[in-house]
Amino acid sequence: MQELEIVLNVNGRNYPVRIPPWRTLVEVLRENLGLVGTKKSCNEGECGACTVHMDGKPVASCLVLAVDAQGKKVETIEGISEGENLHPIQEAFLKSGAIQCGFCTPGMVMSAKGLLDENPEPTLSDARRAISGNLCRCTGYQHIINAILAVPKGGKE
Amino acid sequence: MFVRRLPKFEYHAPATIQEALQFLSQNRDRSKLLAGGTDLLVSMKNRATTPAHVVNLKGIGELRSIDYDAGQGLRIGSLATIGDIERSQVIREKFMPLWDAADVMAAPQVRNIGTIGGNLCSAIPSADTAPPLIAMGASVRLLGSRGERFLPVEKLFKGPGESVLEPDEILMEVLIPNPPEQSAGAYFKLMRRNAMDLALVGVAVFLRMSEDKSRCEEARIGLGAVAPTPIRAVGAEHVLAGKEVNEECAQSAGEAASREARPITDVRATAEYRRTMVGVLTKRATLEALKRIG
Repeated sequence: MQELEIVLNVNGRNYPVRIPPWRTLVEVLRENLGLVGTKKSCNEGECGACTVHMDGKPVASCLVLAVDAQGKKVETIEGISEGENLHPIQEAFLKSGAIQCGFCTPGMVMSAKGLLDENPEPTLSDARRAISGNLCRCTGYQHIINAILAVPKGGKE
Repeated sequence: MFVRRLPKFEYHAPATIQEALQFLSQNRDRSKLLAGGTDLLVSMKNRATTPAHVVNLKGIGELRSIDYDAGQGLRIGSLATIGDIERSQVIREKFMPLWDAADVMAAPQVRNIGTIGGNLCSAIPSADTAPPLIAMGASVRLLGSRGERFLPVEKLFKGPGESVLEPDEILMEVLIPNPPEQSAGAYFKLMRRNAMDLALVGVAVFLRMSEDKSRCEEARIGLGAVAPTPIRAVGAEHVLAGKEVNEECAQSAGEAASREARPITDVRATAEYRRTMVGVLTKRATLEALKRIG
């Protein structure tokens, strides 16, 4: 059986792993690296729960072969806070009541971060477009949108 | 429905095109090329396809560039992602129908992985990059063990999910001629949702007007999702050619395009609805193209 030794750079750290080529990035993040914040939900790139950043851009990690993430900068939900200090997007989500069951949240936050990193003062339309690939079954999306729009104002709506 | 993990395969990551072609010619029927993976990996997870070998093209750097010069026009490497196209200033300014398509495809986290080459080679009838490329007179450069060939994009498709590529051929790049003066186009995609949906109907119209803008010198219309492959609506093009393009004329072109479409009824829409909407979108795209010429 083919096994490849690769090094993944995730949240600033280098992780050597030995995996078969058919492992996807979401599987390796969760099962080899124990980074279970990223969720495997539809497994076919439709729901956004597996969204992480690769070289600063949001990608569906269920559709990335882990071997293809070698040499790229991978950032997951675990990497955006600093110790006890939450990222402003996380603060905004909390303040806006944007989290119910929480399952879509890491993907939503990573998509939001993808937007806000490029465009710190998004319009309503920008925010909706940024999460157009993220499904939520609980909130009805409004509080999530409110949270994203509140980030430039320090999380206040 | 539970989507399984990927099946096993032998993985190959050639560093050059030659290496890739060499491998393909020796393993013709048991290999699949991996570009972005947004189609292939899903098909493999569903077990619709289970290739023994997967050949990853992403290690070949030359395939991802986007180059423009006024003489040659635009060359887009087949591995340019839909996200790259969406973010490209030159595509938005000079080749807007393709930008229109990128703008309405999937969602950010899929656009950043999926490629233009993959979209074309998957040969899905609703492939969004196809109608704009057909309307802009684009062609593709294919490279195989028997050499190189160029095809207009509308000749790339054989049937639903089937391109004309030989098993040992690679789509290298898409070439779009520099847009002539007084020309512009637009691509409209009808969806059930605002994102993350296939086109129910896709229409791209490209117009070249006379210097004083009074008359259409040339019209090219590409239709997606309403035939077994993306097609050109030649009849509708003739309605516009040589005419003053006003609302009445655009309406007629829409009706002609509607008659040329061969849509089916499926889970997403009925054939009648699609046929009607071909007419509506062709009219809208025609008027938008005219507006963009200014």
